[in-house]
Amino acid sequence: MKQIVVISGKGGTGKTVVAGSFAALAKNKVMVDCDVDAADLHLLLHPTVKERHEFRSGQTVVIDKKVCKKCGKCTSVCRFGAIKTDYTIEHFSCEGCALCSHMCPHGAIRMEENIAGEWFVSDTQHGPFVHAKLGIAEENSGKLVAKIRQVAKELAEKQNLNYVIIDGPPGIGCPVIASLSGVDCALIVTEPTLSGLHDAQRVMELAEHFNISVKLVVNKYDLNLAMTERIEEFCRKQGVPVIGKIVFDKTVVKALVVGKTIVEYAGCSAGVEVRKIWEDLE
Amino acid sequence: MIISVASGKGGTGKTTVAVNLALSLKNVQFLDCDVEEPNAHIFLKPHIGGEKKAFIPVPEVDEAKCTYCGKCREVCAYHAIAVLPGSDGKKGSVLVFPHLCHGCGACSLFCSQGAIKEVNREIGVIEIGEKGDLQFIHGCLNIGEAMSPPLIRQVKEYINATRTVIIDAPPGTSCPVITAVKGNDFCVLVTEPTPFGLNDLILAVEVLRKLQIPFGVVINRSDIGDGKVEDYCGNENIPILMKIPFSREIAVSYSEGVPIVESDVSYKDKFINLYLDICKIKK
Repeated sequence: MKQIVVISGKGGTGKTVVAGSFAALAKNKVMVDCDVDAADLHLLLHPTVKERHEFRSGQTVVIDKKVCKKCGKCTSVCRFGAIKTDYTIEHFSCEGCALCSHMCPHGAIRMEENIAGEWFVSDTQHGPFVHAKLGIAEENSGKLVAKIRQVAKELAEKQNLNYVIIDGPPGIGCPVIASLSGVDCALIVTEPTLSGLHDAQRVMELAEHFNISVKLVVNKYDLNLAMTERIEEFCRKQGVPVIGKIVFDKTVVKALVVGKTIVEYAGCSAGVEVRKIWEDLE
Repeated sequence: MIISVASGKGGTGKTTVAVNLALSLKNVQFLDCDVEEPNAHIFLKPHIGGEKKAFIPVPEVDEAKCTYCGKCREVCAYHAIAVLPGSDGKKGSVLVFPHLCHGCGACSLFCSQGAIKEVNREIGVIEIGEKGDLQFIHGCLNIGEAMSPPLIRQVKEYINATRTVIIDAPPGTSCPVITAVKGNDFCVLVTEPTPFGLNDLILAVEVLRKLQIPFGVVINRSDIGDGKVEDYCGNENIPILMKIPFSREIAVSYSEGVPIVESDVSYKDKFINLYLDICKIKK
């Protein structure tokens, strides 16, 4: 069983379009959407949810107004600015360190387990799909990513599947690290822009840091051929194989609008290239 | 006024809007808070005059003073300290996992032996520069570093509210975005008229409503896709502040790091109007 993650560094380069196409092309796999704070893959896979689970993570502070003497001890030790002047908690600033609850001389502060989101196991026309929804303004997205990856891996082992295919989040921070750790291959999707190159370099360094083998594709490569060449040159120096160049094709958006992957949408030339990319990965 | 530019979905044009807005106004302070993948410098090309390393405090244990009582482990909510008590006359040991530490300070406060002091762990750099009368500040997270919010908070410490502050926020809806937009006067949400753009716009709107930050929408590549983003904004009474149609010229200049207002000067007025509309909404 192989785990493949699609990442990009920069957002909006086409990760989900590519990962969604792999869903239609790969046999015997489970799909995972690890972009848990702005998940989009479900818009192409149209899942029927079979299992729904709460994601409990971290702790949140509750101050008992009746017991609180407004002494200010909690506000003086909190480094996250999470306790407001009226001794209520600004939930989205609180990092759940519990220091205030330990320091309160009156026992007015307790910690409660936080429900930070939900995760799902679904059926789709392209096989099983594990996905999640982080609660609005919640943290710990890395832990939620780790959770759904573990569920997907177990499902793949149980059903004897060949692939776990992961649609990753943008950036290089905690949810990306959680999406990347322990995979067999990271496919970087970038675009021929200075930003795309800059961000791909950073995410490549991240993959190297975790000793992950990397391949790259350039999406919309014909928007700037010189920049595409610069990216290819950079990859050559780094020893990163460029396994595909996808043409800029307005039919991609048409396919998205009707909720189809580009390999299922008739007349999409970008889809033809993505098919070759999957064959290469396979 | 502090204006942030954010989006649920990545790659919709946050940096484009933030940079071009900044270049159309006077006396701007620009903060790139997308510290995982900062890109605004590619377009603004500021002269960087100073660099400051960014740290978070993590514990360092003086084992000569430590009695292996385990109090630090007990109060650490992030499992960033492990304590193995000594037995049969053998010394115990303490292990610190700095990457898990959020720097809350509980361990050092509760150590009865004074054996824990906080030391700085570098998480990234902050660079300060200028371009004309624009002050530029960005944070750049070290590769392999998981936590961006502490660095975003440190970038925001530079905010000078006597100027027009423009914050380029990271994508998504979780802690990095919240850290970037918290306390702002207004947030511009950039989206595109596709199902992905709409789905992530709805999430971003929920975040801003929860944070009680006034906001409006800019629709980028407004002539591709469908009309559902506009329908949604209409139904929700969300002002559409600006529409930028797709243009191959804009896409090509973007790819080379050239701002729209430099390749098509007629956009300068459009961005000034965007600012004036924001001011009107704020009144």
